[in-house]
Formats: sequence, C-alpha cells, structure tokens
Amino acid sequence: MSKITRRRFLAGSAAGGAAIMLTPAKKALAAGSFEGFPDGMGVLVDLTRCVGCRTCEAACNAEQNLPEPAKPFDDTSVFDEIHHGQKRRTTDKAYTIVNRYEPKDSDEPVYRKIQCNHCNEPACLTSCFVNAYKKTPEGAVIYNEKVCVGCRNCMIACPFHIPAYTYHSVLNPVIKKCIFCYDTRLKEGRPPACVESCPQQVMTFGKRKDLMVIAHERIKKNPGKYVDHVYGEKEVGGTGWFYLSSAPFEEVGFDVNLPKKPIIDNVKDFLAIVPIVLTVWPALFTGFHLLATKGKSHGHGDDHSHDEQEGH
Amino acid sequence: MVNASKQLIAGLGVLMLFAVLSASCYAMDYPDEVEIDSLANLYEPVVFDHAMHVDATESCAECHHHTTGTEVINEYCAKCHTGTVEMDAVSCQDCHSADPVSPENLHHPKPGYSYHNDQPNLKAAYHLNCLGCHQEVGGPTGCEDCHVKTEAGDKFYRSGEFAPKEPAHSSEH
Repeated sequence: MSKITRRRFLAGSAAGGAAIMLTPAKKALAAGSFEGFPDGMGVLVDLTRCVGCRTCEAACNAEQNLPEPAKPFDDTSVFDEIHHGQKRRTTDKAYTIVNRYEPKDSDEPVYRKIQCNHCNEPACLTSCFVNAYKKTPEGAVIYNEKVCVGCRNCMIACPFHIPAYTYHSVLNPVIKKCIFCYDTRLKEGRPPACVESCPQQVMTFGKRKDLMVIAHERIKKNPGKYVDHVYGEKEVGGTGWFYLSSAPFEEVGFDVNLPKKPIIDNVKDFLAIVPIVLTVWPALFTGFHLLATKGKSHGHGDDHSHDEQEGH
Repeated sequence: MVNASKQLIAGLGVLMLFAVLSASCYAMDYPDEVEIDSLANLYEPVVFDHAMHVDATESCAECHHHTTGTEVINEYCAKCHTGTVEMDAVSCQDCHSADPVSPENLHHPKPGYSYHNDQPNLKAAYHLNCLGCHQEVGGPTGCEDCHVKTEAGDKFYRSGEFAPKEPAHSSEH
C-alpha cells in the first residue's frame, strides 16, 4: 500500500511538473477523457496454453536486435532464477520474458509472458515531462529515445514495472521497453514477432474490441477452465494486451489491486487546477496584497515592523 | 411375387448402404506416415507416425474433430456437426490457415462460420492438438522429442554452437 502511495505521489508530482511545462499544449488538457483508439490492435494472452518454451523471448531478441542473452533461449533453468528476491523481469536487453508460477490448486506449473501491456491510457506517458511517449492509433505505446532525458519517472509510474533503463550506458542512458514491434511490424498491420513465433498461439493478435469478445467467449465455452475475469479489460483503464488464466491471477504474478481507472485519473483533478493556480492566483493575491497594504505605506512609513513584513 | 421383388430391392439397398457406410467409417483409406513439413524452419519436418496414433486413439475425431465421418466428440463442434459425414477437408492445413492474421485476412475475414471465429493458426493447431493430448496421456512433451532443431533453430535459440560463451560474471546489473 505504501508502495502505491509513493508511486502515486511521484507520478503525481511528475505529472504536475509536466503540466506546468506543457500547460498550453492540448494533449495535457485532453488526457483523461480518452477511451482508446477504436481500431487499436491488441493481443489476447491465454496463459492456459503457454508451455514455457521461451520461443517468444528468442523472437523478440532477434526482431529488436537485442544483445546476446546470458543463457540460450531453450534453457529452462532461467525459471529458477531469483533476482533481488523476485522472479525475472523485463530489462533493457530483454523486452519480454516468461516466468513460471506454481499456483496452489494446480499440479501443473503456469507460465506467464511479461511485456509492455500497451495501456489505453499509459501512466508512463502521463509521467513523461518531455513527451517522449506516444500511444499510436494502432495501439502501441512507443517512445522517442532521442528526447528521453533519463529521468526514469516512467519506471516509477508504470503499474506493471515494465520500462527498463540502460544503466550500463555512461553517456546517454535511456529507457528501453517493448514497442509492440511498431516500427517493423505493427505499422504494417502485422503481429509482433513474439505472437507470430509462438507454437501454441498463447497470444492472439487482432483488434482489441474483437479479441475482448473472443476472450469472454472462451470463458463461456469452457466452463470451469478459466477464472471468470479478463485481466486488462478494466485494469488501469484497459490495456492493449489482456489475459486469461486458469489459476487466480494473484497466484501467477499479477497485481490484482490495481485501480480500474487509468493512473492519470489520480492526478487529473490536480492537473486541472494547475493552470488556474498559475494564472489566477498571482493576479488575485497581488490584488489582495495591494488592497490590504493600500494607504498603509502612507503615514506609517516609520513603523519598522510593517516595513519588514512588506519586504517579503 | 411383387412383394418378393420389393423385398429383394430393399434388401439390396440396405446392403449397399452398409457397404458405403463401412467404406467411409471403418475401412477408411489413411496414410501410415505423414511428413509435416509446411512450417519447418527452426526444426526439421516431423515424420508423424499416423498408423501408431490410429491404434493409440479410440476415434479419428479425437484429432480430426468432425471431418472424418466418425462421431463428433467435442461438445462444441457437436452443436452443429451432428452427422457422421466424411468431408473433403481432412488434413489440418485444409482448415487451419498458416497466417490468419495477415493484413489481407484481417481486412477481409472469411464470411460465415461464426463459430469458427477463434480458430488457431496452423502451427498452433498442430501443437495444441498434439501437445495437449501428450500432456494428458503422458506422451513426450519436449520440443526435440518430436522434431530436431535445425541450424537456423540453433541460431534463433542461441543454442548449440551458437550458445553464449560462459560469462566471467553475471551480466545482471
């Protein structure tokens, strides 16, 4: 809880900073009323199909020209790795990874692929004060590395802990994350490399709204197989990638305490006040000050205490 | 006399019906071995021992849904496919497209068949069908139990001769 509060606070202050810089920009004012692009693409991820072969990781590495991994992609010992007390997470060298979970009531392990969920209203975008992030009409959340100043606000803002940082880069450290293969594939209407590579079609690519229908149909068609919930349909205002699972989502690494509203809703009211504070308050309080001190400077000029107060 | 000839004709009809039925259901012409090679790239083609799987399964419908003329098992398929009619399309790739999400297919989806809207692509049709059953009955489930990795596969997975050199220390930061 304290973690979320801290994140909210930082995201809020970052967004506030962004608002101060970008007050005249239409984007800052329009944010929060946006409900996703109507034809935005998405990916339905069915955890029940994943067998943990890590082919998606290899495909991502090749497609995005990422550096050589520490271990081969067919090495399943990575599922036992624990870093800083946690399972593997996305890094600047691996935009997607698969983790293994052992839910309580299941004999078989459950594998879960992790990558950017391409939120309808991304918190990373909200938190970025140089406007490096963009949600494209095709559904991808992409970012402009050239303007990234390396503040890492997006890393704190992201509810899924996705953006990673090139800490090893001395001169120009930047954020790195999954971009839905936007440059090489999505732009042309093709599915991302991981989706195409999957032998089990864990991931189904299509228009988000069509896939949502299929997701609910799968739950209906297979009574007892799935948890009756599509993770990402409502979470943080809806995500472009959403999930079906046979095990409770909290047992396979999902944060089930996320708000249903976009992260920006936490700071929207605050953001709306910022322009008012910046424009109206100075004028208003200068006026009060002038009214309050009107006439006082005459006839009381030799009063030292008043002089001191007015000095401020 | 008339009755007898009628009975004869009816009897012959029944016999012929049996002949047709038995030909389609029980004496079906199937290959003993199928080489599944249309998608082979990272792995060598799979030489599928069809005859062994025919012996190991109780019904063709366990794999072939409603297309081989045997009684439909899958309840979802059986909602429409109630008959036992052998279809022209029997192999996986006759129905499961290798690239259902090509831009062309997305913009011009196949008409009708509203119950086929969640059809796996060809690669997934193979793997979900084979691996799904293998997991249930305890068959082999490792990738290379069924198909051997090619050189392209080793390159892709960074395995074999393309494996990363042992790092002096962890590359984690």
